[in-house]
This record gives sequence, C-alpha cells and structure tokens, in this order.
Amino acid sequence: MPDEFVQNDVVILIGSLLEDSWMPLEQLAAACAVEAEWLRRHVDEGLFPHVECVAGVWRVSSSGVARARARRMRQIERDFDAVPELAALVADLLEELDRLRAQLGRPDPD
Amino acid sequence: MKFQDYYEVLGVARDASAEQIKKAFRKLARKYHPDVSKETDAEARMQAINEAHTVLSDPERRAAYDRLGQDWHGGEDFRPPPDWGKQQFDFSGRGLSPDEAAQFSDFFSQLFGGTHAAGGFGAHSGRRRQRHGEDHHAQVVLDIEDAFTGPTRQLALRLPQRDAQGRVSNATRTLNVRIPVGVREGQVIRLAGQGAPGSGGQPPGDLLLEVRFRPHDRLRVDGRDLHLTLPVAPWEAALGAVVVVDLPGGRLKVRIPRGAQSGQQLKVRGRGIPGSPPGDLLLALQVVLPAADTAQAQALYETMARELAFDPRRTTGS
Repeated sequence: MPDEFVQNDVVILIGSLLEDSWMPLEQLAAACAVEAEWLRRHVDEGLFPHVECVAGVWRVSSSGVARARARRMRQIERDFDAVPELAALVADLLEELDRLRAQLGRPDPD
Repeated sequence: MKFQDYYEVLGVARDASAEQIKKAFRKLARKYHPDVSKETDAEARMQAINEAHTVLSDPERRAAYDRLGQDWHGGEDFRPPPDWGKQQFDFSGRGLSPDEAAQFSDFFSQLFGGTHAAGGFGAHSGRRRQRHGEDHHAQVVLDIEDAFTGPTRQLALRLPQRDAQGRVSNATRTLNVRIPVGVREGQVIRLAGQGAPGSGGQPPGDLLLEVRFRPHDRLRVDGRDLHLTLPVAPWEAALGAVVVVDLPGGRLKVRIPRGAQSGQQLKVRGRGIPGSPPGDLLLALQVVLPAADTAQAQALYETMARELAFDPRRTTGS
C-alpha cells in the first residue's frame, strides 16, 4: 500500500500503527527515543515486556505504554543513577498510577 | 532571548561542586517529576531543571557558560557575545536527542546548539544516523469519534529542525494525515519517511504521532472499551425497556433488564472501538428520578409510598 495519495490536489499521508510494524532493533529503539543497546539489554533482562523479537526483527505490542516506559526508565536511570531493576519497578508503579487515573477519568496529577 | 540563570534554577552557588549540583538536581527532579508532582507548573519547571543540569553537569558546557560572566540575571534580554561562535567549544556527543534539545530554551539553543544525538544514543545510533534521518515525535489530539471513522485530519505540528550549523529549533509543518480506523489512546501512528532527511542520500526517518483523545462529555475510553453512563427512568429500570444510545459508530438499541438498579453495568460486546477484536461498550446504569414538581408527580410518589412496601435501607442492607 502506498504511504500517501492525492485527493483534490491535496497530498494525504497514510498513517499506520507502530504496533503493526516489524522493524530492525535500531529503528524501534529510535521510535522509543532510546539507544538500541539500552533497549536490547532491558528486553533481555525481562524489564521491557512490551517488546518482542522474532528472527531478528522487532515489534512493540503497546506502543504508547512502551514509549512512556522507555522514557521513564531512561530518565530514572540517568537522573538518579538507578539500577535498571529499580527503574523498572518505578515504571511499573507509574503505569499502575496511569491505569488508576484513567479509571477515574483524571489523566493528570492534582 | 532571555538569559537563563542555571545556578538560580538549581538553587546552587556559582562555585558549587559537581556533587552539590547533582544533589540539587536530584532533589528538584523528585519534586517536579511530571508524573507525580502536584505543582501546577511541574512540566515547565522540570524542563528548566533538566536544561540547567545539562549545562552545569557538563564541565565544558559549564566552563563556556561561566565565561559569559556573573553580571547577568535570569530573564534579562541577552545576545551571545560577538565572538561566541568563533570560540572552539565542542559540544557534540553530549547526550541529547533532537527532541530533548528542542524542548530547551532559545538561550540554550543559541549557546550550545551544536548538540547532536550521538552522545545519548551511543555509537550505534551514530551509525544509524549515517544511514537514516532522525525520527520526529509529536502528539496528535483526536476526538474519540475519529477512531470509528478514520478521517483525514490536517495537522499543524511543531517539529524540531536542525539548521546548517547544527542548531535545533522548532518549525511548524502542516500535514494531511489519514487516521487509521480503530486507533486507541496512547498508540503511535507511524508516517514512514516523514522524519528528518537522511544524510548521504540515505532514507529519511519516520514521523511518529502519539495519539491523545480529547476529553469527551459522555464517553470514557479504556483501551478499546468504551464506558458510558446511561441514565434511565425508574420505570425503565423496574419494568425493563429498550432504549436508544447514541454512539460515535451510530445509534444502538440496548435492552435494559427488568429490575435493573443504579450502578449496574451492562456489557455490549464488540460495540467499543473497532479492531481485531473490537472493544466492548460498558454501560453504567444510572436511575434518574423525575422531580416531584407538579401536583400530579407528587400524587404519584405519594401513591407509591402508600401502596409499595418498600424500604431501600432494608433492600440494600444499609
């Protein structure tokens, strides 16, 4: 399928969901705004359950959650010199907080 | 452009040690972490704190910043010294992605604009940059209805862009994008090849749009499931009824079971956000009483009170 089409002289881009894309590790890491080795290491250690690898190509099963988790874990590791397991624990707690806030219909801390 | 007093932002003296700077940063990072902070300006404060820490924790950046002198105050109009660009500061490979750098102030961009993604993303990312352009990340706010129809939306996005000198700034780009049917909150729409141009004739990066839904006055989304509070009349709840519900995907007839109560939840399978499988529609029943604001309504209530042996405290166990 082409990535764009023209309708009434207007170019319309066709978006696809990141979840539907299998891609090289480096491309997926860039999509999550982290370095490839960081992502590989955390997936290998079981700290990143939203990413899977089959025959050398990678896919993220829940792109929004995975990107937020990558951002949070990387920030916690960098800002507080935290070990990956501790960063993952904090990310787990923040994800639980996200779920509870969503149930309340209240996305922001207040 | 306003001068940024990074020492003031972190609350440290100009001669603070690296350890003192790190300690001050961590204290503030905990206080203003956007995921948990209750401060109203937490996100903006965290950006300012990150920017200050990025400069003061790096000996070369800090030395360059200190050369501006001590007479500047935060918020003052500022222009870089005429010889600033001729000085031999090397800020490349210092651990910032273009998206991170684009969130920093113009002051940072003017002084330290030569930052590259390589530091934070390591040598592997550096090699990737030889092959591909950088991905661009943005957020797109949609209506829940868009997930049902897959419309074409015109988006004006503020995206980071690097000039010939390597400085990062934001520029507005207008795009017409076909939204995939079934998109959910938090998902990422990928527009292949719409990121930054590649170098050396290599492919461009992707544009990645993270989906957010505008708050809806009736509906709440949880994954693919739709939650809706459905008001029903007392006789609809007591006797059972078929009521019409307006949904983004069209009108739907729902059977209210006889003897339904407020707070009871009805599930209509497959009528949530489209997908494989589609989500469910979850209806929270809310029995709404008519006001006793006419003689007739009051008489009906009095008749019920007289004729029905009904004690809600006993029924509910209260």
